[in-house]
Amino acid sequence: MAYSEKVVDHYQNPRNVGSFGASSDVKTRTDIGVGIVGAPECGDVMQLQLKVTADGVIEDAKFKCFGCGSAIASSSLATEWVKGRTVDEALQIKNTQIVEELALPPVKIHCSVLAEDSIRAAIEDWKKKNGIAVAEEAHAH
Amino acid sequence: MAVKTPIYLDNAATTRCDPRVVEAMLPYFSERFGNAGSRNHRFGWDAEDGIETAREQAARLIGADAKEVIFTSGATESNNLAVKGAAEIYAKAPAGQQGRGHIITCTIEHKAVLDPCKRLQREGFDVTFLEPPADGVVTAEMVRAAMRPDTILVSIMWANNEIGTINEVPEIGRLCHEKGVIFHTDGTQWVGKMPTDVERDCIDLLSWSGHKMYGPKGVGALYVRRRKPRVRLEALIDGGGQERGMRSGTQNVTGIVGFGKACELCMAEMEHDRERLLKLRRRLEDGLSGRMEVVQVNGHRDRRLPHISNISFGFVEGESLMMGIKEIACSSGSACTSASLEPSYVLKGLGVGDELAHSSLRLSFGRWTTEEEVDFAVESIAKAVEHLRKLSPLYDLYKEGVDLSTIEWQHH
Repeated sequence: MAYSEKVVDHYQNPRNVGSFGASSDVKTRTDIGVGIVGAPECGDVMQLQLKVTADGVIEDAKFKCFGCGSAIASSSLATEWVKGRTVDEALQIKNTQIVEELALPPVKIHCSVLAEDSIRAAIEDWKKKNGIAVAEEAHAH
Repeated sequence: MAVKTPIYLDNAATTRCDPRVVEAMLPYFSERFGNAGSRNHRFGWDAEDGIETAREQAARLIGADAKEVIFTSGATESNNLAVKGAAEIYAKAPAGQQGRGHIITCTIEHKAVLDPCKRLQREGFDVTFLEPPADGVVTAEMVRAAMRPDTILVSIMWANNEIGTINEVPEIGRLCHEKGVIFHTDGTQWVGKMPTDVERDCIDLLSWSGHKMYGPKGVGALYVRRRKPRVRLEALIDGGGQERGMRSGTQNVTGIVGFGKACELCMAEMEHDRERLLKLRRRLEDGLSGRMEVVQVNGHRDRRLPHISNISFGFVEGESLMMGIKEIACSSGSACTSASLEPSYVLKGLGVGDELAHSSLRLSFGRWTTEEEVDFAVESIAKAVEHLRKLSPLYDLYKEGVDLSTIEWQHH
């Protein structure tokens, strides 16, 4: 499969790789939201960690990804896009925007869905840790 | 170290045609262009001579008589002809009825055997799909346990195309002869690489292909035993009655001549090639295992073909790994590299676990693979795995000592 230049660039130079500490430590930190989506047997696992200020601005973002090149690129791009946004703004990011930006082919759309899910999961985790009600949105794919 | 890239390590998919094979074929495109069915002139006789020489060469490679070799378009056609053709002839009840007979095959056969078996199942045959153990080897005991009084056909591949494991073919053949059951084996990855003798190995039907053994694509053969027992087949393609009526259609003379030459070369160079390939495989596997942790060679450790290595690299997904080794041509069991988006059914069938199936590469060597190329591959793969493990959340968890199987994943 031929990848777009942007996918290859994110694969070779992934942005914001890493985490804010061991999984057991970040679990208890209220300034960090963690989203882990996917499963190893499905061939994709994305982990997104967001460092959020008390007033809900995403200061920093880190990701790790087990998956194909498109999955890596989608999660790398997601970290770039959420940084500096408020959590509510970040929740507006749609998988279709990722598809467009990376020129993903139809068989790779699920990678962008997973990236959108990881943003949601990380923000939900942050909200829960901070006692903020999580809006129940109809969200199906 | 100057190696020319891309490096071809996908010889289980296809091989480069040997220049000596191409040379043997060339006259049959031009001055000897005749139809082997033209019995009354020089052009026809020349073509027929070419085909009959090839039939001798093919028969010699497998210890058969030339009359027992049928030329086809490839191993897929040979497998279809063997499985469907034998089932139709040896059926215990006419078409349209149930209870037409029992067939034994296994879950990690090539699709060219599995799908014909599934079709026969829909058409009233009973089929047992044996599930091999984790080492991938189908044993005679497994076949014996599945045998029934109404078993008419056993089709078990000689060696597996994805993991290279070698099944107990002579033992299964002996068992079938003892029970009076027809035995077919798909020898696509075996024949030409390993010593083959249809008498000693008790084989009734043997499929193989030209392009896996340095011959041209579009030509294969089926060995059909003529005595003890005389095996009969219902043809799939009717017409001019070529190939003893089992495969009508004007013969692919150039392809068949090339196939014969490829058989002759494999026979002459088998010992030398085999030792060289085995050395290359060891060099690759030792090199990779020495460079990184959690590297698993799939399939039986020793009962394996010398030219195929199937390896899982923990915590790294196969397609992304292939993206990192673009200068190496190989295959992966990852779902993302298959049209069906399913991970390799062969690795899944062995209980390798979907996760390691997604993380697998198949690297396969050939007559022109060099040690320098293998070293280059080890280096590139090690670098790519290192890059991807830095990105892998699974590798972090492993490093933290978390057992991945205890985590509740959000299945997508």
